[in-house]
Amino acid sequence: MSEEFKIEIVNPEKSFLIKEDVLEVVVPAFEGEMGILKDHIAIISFLKPGIITIFSKEGNEKFFVEDGIIEFKNNNLSILTSSIFNLKDVSENKIQDLLKSAEEEIKKDEITDQKKYLADQKIEVLRSIN
Amino acid sequence: MASLDDLKKRIASVKSTQKITKAMKMVAAAKLRRAQESAEKGRPYSEKMNNVILNLSNGISDKENAPKLLSGTGQEKTHLCVVMTSDRGLCGGFNSNIIKKAKSYFAKISDEGKELKIITVGSKGNDQLKRVYGDKIIENISFKESKNANYFDADKVGKMVIEKFEAGEFDICTIFYNQFKNVITQIPQAQQIIPLNNEGEENSSEESYEFEPDEDEILSNLLPKNISTQIFKAMLENSASEQGSRMSAMDNATRNAGEMVDKLTIEYNRSRQAAITKELIEIISGAESL
Repeated sequence: MSEEFKIEIVNPEKSFLIKEDVLEVVVPAFEGEMGILKDHIAIISFLKPGIITIFSKEGNEKFFVEDGIIEFKNNNLSILTSSIFNLKDVSENKIQDLLKSAEEEIKKDEITDQKKYLADQKIEVLRSIN
Repeated sequence: MASLDDLKKRIASVKSTQKITKAMKMVAAAKLRRAQESAEKGRPYSEKMNNVILNLSNGISDKENAPKLLSGTGQEKTHLCVVMTSDRGLCGGFNSNIIKKAKSYFAKISDEGKELKIITVGSKGNDQLKRVYGDKIIENISFKESKNANYFDADKVGKMVIEKFEAGEFDICTIFYNQFKNVITQIPQAQQIIPLNNEGEENSSEESYEFEPDEDEILSNLLPKNISTQIFKAMLENSASEQGSRMSAMDNATRNAGEMVDKLTIEYNRSRQAAITKELIEIISGAESL
């Protein structure tokens, strides 16, 4: 039996990626990284800034997300996100820009703990990309 | 009867107007295709979002303590209306249809003695509403600079709405936009987004989900995003409708201009003929009298 399942990433503007033959997906869920294999239990969770890694036969792909929701059901993984890009295509400048805006956000006084946590995460991940 | 010269000038001016309307129609047609495409591409996101929220709200055990964005404030005193129109004119009944729909809703609200607040998106709506409801408009947003509807803009509107909701400035929020059905039909819509109106929709799946973290936390994260998503959907529908409406309006204008040119040309030819006949008669009768 094959160990493959389907993944679909959508952002508000379009379907970002659809792949039928994925072996494993690692997503940065809010409470920690989560690896999803075939026949995972139906789950809904949301994402913190981080890297989505998709493993398939052709190798793996990495994407940076800022936020999103994942839904896994009947071997269909849907990821809804408003901000995602492929690590291969992203330029150094873009990462620097994101890093800068996150750093600025964290300096604000009236920031909630949760927002601060998310911004912290973002900085950490962006630094690790560089 | 107008002189030959006047007629000639009028024909020329109608023809040049026709050229403009024809060009606008072409541009609208090209833009329409793009707008329609992005409206279709944007659909999966809002549908999936809706699905997930539906599943979540069914999973919530404690309905009393559900997030306010879902269950409402428990009051219905202040209504916020987000009226979404275009920034440009010359698009037929597009803007007036939305305004008409919105105005009838406004009238209903004030009849019930409830308070009304308005946010206008797009300058045309603001122009039309500020005469009567000027004191009710609390905010006016316009995205003249951005070429296409994008999520970033929608998010800005969404965040503003949520901010005002959390500050307790209103209880119920409704958005007004045109739903794109086809090029000649656009249906003005009033959609309530706060509190979320899920009644009448059945949960399609019986399956129970695992939630991580728990439902409440996911919901409170998801609901604000859903507001932006709904607004974005409305913006996409609106931009497709605007182009469709403009296209058919300009098509009509081009046709009318053509008819007018035909009519004027006939009149021009007639009066030219009349002038020639008159001159001939003058010459002949002059010759005869000799």
